[in-house]
Amino acid sequence: MDTAVVEPNSDGTEAPKGVIDDRGEPMENAKIVARDVNVFYGEKQALFDVNLDIPENRVTALIGPSGCGKSTFLRCLNRMNDVIDICRVKGRIEIEGQDVYDPALDVVQLRARVGMVFQKPNPFPKSIYDNIAYGPRIHGTVTSKAELDEVVRSSLEKSGLLKEVEDRLDEPGTSLSGGQQQRLCIARAIAVSPDVILMDEPCSALDPIATARIEELIENLRERYTIVIVTHSMQQAARVSQRTAFFHLGNLVEVDDTEQMFTNPRDERTQGYITGRYG
Amino acid sequence: MTDMSQSESVSGQSKSVADAERTRKVKKRYAAERRFKFYGLLAIALALGALTWLVVSITAQGYTAFVQTKVELNVYFDPQVIDPDGNRDAKILSKANYAALYRKAIRQQFVDVKSRRDRRDLARLVSSGADLELRRMVLSDPSVIGKRVKVWLTASDEVDQFHKGAFTRDLPEAQRQFKDKHIGWYDELVKNGQIEAKFNTTLFTSGTSREPELAGIWGAIVGSFWTMMVTLLISFPIGVSTAVYLQEFAPKNRWTDLIEVNINNLAAVPSIVFGLLGLAVFLNFFGLPRSAPLVGGLVLALMTLPTIIIATRAALSAVPPSIREAALGVGASKQQMVMHHVLPLALPGIMTGTIIGMAQALGETAPLLMIGMVAFIVDIPGGPMSASTVLPVQIFLWSDLPERAFVERTSAAILVLLAFLIVMNFIAVLLRKRFERRW
Repeated sequence: MDTAVVEPNSDGTEAPKGVIDDRGEPMENAKIVARDVNVFYGEKQALFDVNLDIPENRVTALIGPSGCGKSTFLRCLNRMNDVIDICRVKGRIEIEGQDVYDPALDVVQLRARVGMVFQKPNPFPKSIYDNIAYGPRIHGTVTSKAELDEVVRSSLEKSGLLKEVEDRLDEPGTSLSGGQQQRLCIARAIAVSPDVILMDEPCSALDPIATARIEELIENLRERYTIVIVTHSMQQAARVSQRTAFFHLGNLVEVDDTEQMFTNPRDERTQGYITGRYG
Repeated sequence: MTDMSQSESVSGQSKSVADAERTRKVKKRYAAERRFKFYGLLAIALALGALTWLVVSITAQGYTAFVQTKVELNVYFDPQVIDPDGNRDAKILSKANYAALYRKAIRQQFVDVKSRRDRRDLARLVSSGADLELRRMVLSDPSVIGKRVKVWLTASDEVDQFHKGAFTRDLPEAQRQFKDKHIGWYDELVKNGQIEAKFNTTLFTSGTSREPELAGIWGAIVGSFWTMMVTLLISFPIGVSTAVYLQEFAPKNRWTDLIEVNINNLAAVPSIVFGLLGLAVFLNFFGLPRSAPLVGGLVLALMTLPTIIIATRAALSAVPPSIREAALGVGASKQQMVMHHVLPLALPGIMTGTIIGMAQALGETAPLLMIGMVAFIVDIPGGPMSASTVLPVQIFLWSDLPERAFVERTSAAILVLLAFLIVMNFIAVLLRKRFERRW
């Protein structure tokens, strides 16, 4: 499926024992390149030397047991960790060569480029229309009401919500069902036309049917966006992603093509986790 | 636990012992629960009882003040007295001796009262403010001059109190100023239907007075209004911005901790201290006028600030982090996040806190005594710079006056103040209900 994946450690650098990651030269279609990322919450270190490439127009799944640092890593990619006072990030994260932690970089611009969908659906307590229109409004990407209407429609269309809410755009976003709310949040992220969409366990609060719809949506969105998804469910990672990274105790233990990872994991910790021995 | 393991080791008969033990414990638990509920209900009953007692006793004392006894006299608007030149000049009309008119009217009714002293006492059945009522009549309609008109005039406070039954004729004459001869005249007037209790508009339209029947709380209400305006205009913006900065933007370090502790302490500072501060700073240092609502408002604003800051911070922190993340996630700046999402969602809580703070300030007396708002001010204040007093201070002043009629008026003023406070608290509750959590 994805033949361009560079063999980890192909440049010969020595990885710590058992860590099979993307150190060295980034893969050729990498959208995001993370090198030696260390994250600290105060004195406590949450991530240790994470090296990961995230390929463009692919779904990359971050899996691992609770507290392994996968969400922490995800939140580094659009600097949502800045909100936490005690959080420090070391190392380098680049999106298309642009250093995310460059002090000169405007974090607002970054977050417009790297959208995010959260664990719990969190629509604003406003109308469906305003929920989606908020991003384009504050970024000034639209000039007229007609244009804004179009952005709202197309965002809803892309998130597969348009048919369900077409005739009630002025109802509050919070009146929708959980799955619809989550798709509304995806539409809201899409509305500012990002390149990358980060999803932090987007289905953990949803029932199986709503989950299936979101997964279908992720599959469709892959053509246009680079998607990074944190998930607790290995089945979900296997279903939606092309590449999987396994985190354990703050280390990126193994990263590989999803198929490879689930059929033939190289690290025994990975094997233990995906076969359900712990997690 | 040890009993259990022992009883397990034996079995049979001891099993029923364990059962009995368990039943006993369950019963005990239920009893404890019932007792706890009872204590709660008892506390509520006590609180409600105290409140009811308070309201009932004040109402019982004060409701009579909402009516005022009036005397009907057949007044001849004598052109010789009012307007000897006959040119209806407003200046001359307003300077005429109107007291002579009602005195004459009442003496004409009781022609057999001869002695000089009795005639004077007779005229005193009518309030000394009655001349103003006659003047107002003439000024608003000069055509009454030269006519004989039946007019309801405010009775003196002694007549008023006697009519309302504050004291009776059984009271020994030596113990009342309202002598038997007064009672005789009063009976005569009642017989003719010339005495009646009417709604007391004076109470709600005039400033205070030495004469209870002429005293009103309007001056104090207006003074309270200006004071509250100043308080609101100063404490609301400062309080809310402080809270927003501290809660959303300020770094968490030793300085902000110190500031927070101090704000919380400020809320517990005795209010008289704020009064002293106002006296030292606003009056002595800045030279602002004494007794002015501006200064009162400033002092009360200082007092209200901690309340507003604490309430606002609580309301802000109650906005769930998911909303903040959502805003940041689509690329809102921190300021946009606060202004577009957090603040609007926190607003009902902020309003509630502000109203509670204002209600507290409205009832405050002590700090205002220090800055001279305790003066005897008859005029209705025209603005935040004119000398005035406020409702609670007015109540305090009236409660000190010896006239019997001021007792009921004090209670009536308390009722009015309570009504304002209840309305404000009701609005706060309504706001909270109306904008209940929407996520």
